[in-house]
Amino acid sequence: MSTAVPGRIRGEVLSVRRTGAYHHLTLRTPGIAANTRPGHFVALAVGGDEPVRLGRRAFWVYAADPGGLYGGSTEVVVAVRGAGTAWLTGLSTGDPVDMLGPLGKPFALPREPVGCLLVGGGYGAAPLLGLARRLVDRGCKVHMLLGAATEDGLLSPLEARRAATSVALATIDGSVGTAGPVSTLLPDAFGTLDVEVAYACGPHSLLRAVSEAATARGAYSQCAVELPTSCGTGLCLSCVLEVTGDDGRTRTVRSCVEGPVFAGDAVRWGRL
Amino acid sequence: MTTADLTTRLGRLELTSPVLVASGCGGSGRELQPYADLAALGAFTTASITLEPRRGRRAPRVAETPAGLLGSLGLPGPGVDVFLARELPWLAEHCGRVIVSIAGGSLPEYAELARRIGTAEGVAAVEVNLSSPDGWDRADAAARDGYSAQRVLAAVRQEVPRPRPVLAKISADVGNVTEVAAAAARGGADGVTLVNALPGMAMDPVTLRPALGGVTGALSGPAVHPVAVHAVYQVHAGLPDLPIVGTGGVRTGWDALELVLAGASAVGVGSALLRDPAATDRITSELTALLAEHALPSLAAAVGLGHRTRPAITESETA
Repeated sequence: MSTAVPGRIRGEVLSVRRTGAYHHLTLRTPGIAANTRPGHFVALAVGGDEPVRLGRRAFWVYAADPGGLYGGSTEVVVAVRGAGTAWLTGLSTGDPVDMLGPLGKPFALPREPVGCLLVGGGYGAAPLLGLARRLVDRGCKVHMLLGAATEDGLLSPLEARRAATSVALATIDGSVGTAGPVSTLLPDAFGTLDVEVAYACGPHSLLRAVSEAATARGAYSQCAVELPTSCGTGLCLSCVLEVTGDDGRTRTVRSCVEGPVFAGDAVRWGRL
Repeated sequence: MTTADLTTRLGRLELTSPVLVASGCGGSGRELQPYADLAALGAFTTASITLEPRRGRRAPRVAETPAGLLGSLGLPGPGVDVFLARELPWLAEHCGRVIVSIAGGSLPEYAELARRIGTAEGVAAVEVNLSSPDGWDRADAAARDGYSAQRVLAAVRQEVPRPRPVLAKISADVGNVTEVAAAAARGGADGVTLVNALPGMAMDPVTLRPALGGVTGALSGPAVHPVAVHAVYQVHAGLPDLPIVGTGGVRTGWDALELVLAGASAVGVGSALLRDPAATDRITSELTALLAEHALPSLAAAVGLGHRTRPAITESETA
């Protein structure tokens, strides 16, 4: 899959909406959304022009609308974890946000209408909803597994039910769906469903579990790997992981440039 | 209003702009290309090239601190062979002038790197990284004192053909930065780059352990900018004829001009690129506007201006 040429724009806040444990931040991003595919991410500068917090914050694109009233908009899911993310969720309609995007290489789509399993942990489900719609448009059967610590950490389960062929939920505290991590749903899903490609986004332990389960069943896996970055462009060299290429050699690569989506069996999960 | 002349010199090296990409923050150059006009740069300084490929340190490699970034990378890179084959030709084609930073673990390594890099086509100058706090696992490999700096520079100078300038990149974390700069010049440096990132550390609020995988890191960003202005000012005062590249926390045109006023003939932009990959374009236009605002006809007219006595203010001007 080719990489879209990224751009830098001064986006404008259209809305900040609290949903469960997350905030949905929608920005007016003319020219960016049309090139955005599921698995792409954007990097937002925080703190305005004050040189206090220097690093950008990276977010999965939840939805990208190239048309509409605003000439293109991009929606991301923000989990508040510190001062930078708190600043973003405290923005008001009309506030400017410096954005780079779309960044990285998105999910690769199958050419044939095959059975797909989409597994999301927490806000890692963000890129999977748009992916589900694209796969369904291609005639694929799409099964989704969504998990979180608690019910409010499940991202958009209702939208998932509308988009996918089937949806199963898991929460660690058992408040909704199966009690336990979402990976507990994997043996049943791979055992009963026709899965040729598995897509995953979420904690590294989940990505590893999906990758290993897929490999064991002879299925492909595509894992979107989140690693700390301060730029999103490949300059800071912090989001590195080890992958093994077709030549059998292991290389250290930057997730933001060579990923963030990797074939699950290429990643050396034990070294992350 | 006429635009100020931005051309500048680092010894024999003439640059069309004083705004450079500093070592370590510009990737391979390709990462910046979608955002910045690389051909408009005075020069692109590479990350420090090592003899062998290095994977670098384990994650986390970057921590955010107030007005700063702590990096603990461990000089990751492809090594000199791959750099010369795959990265240098692209940089030379797209960036105008390329300053190649080198980091050795010993005198013979510095000499070998200098020989390989110093004779390669497309290299405008060699910058000797004497002091990266992020570099080696053994702190004693860094040349922080004048004696070591002079020896390293002499080893490098011997291998780099004369017309090609050699710069010494020096940390502010040395006893007397002017002494180290003077020693580097005695060793054969045509100029100095001031300052390297400072050593730093942060703790993780969740684990209560060091925030960086490599434990210690290198502090860059606006937090170190006044340290850079001070070091440039000191060295220019003591060695007024030694060309200086000022670097450290440059984020705006004013930050760049401050270093120039202190005595820098060129200015490196580093960590600002992580937030704003188009920072060099913006800083260049801001610097141009500031020179015009202060009726300075050229960048050269501003170099070291902060050292000169202000003309007496007449009563009519204060009125």
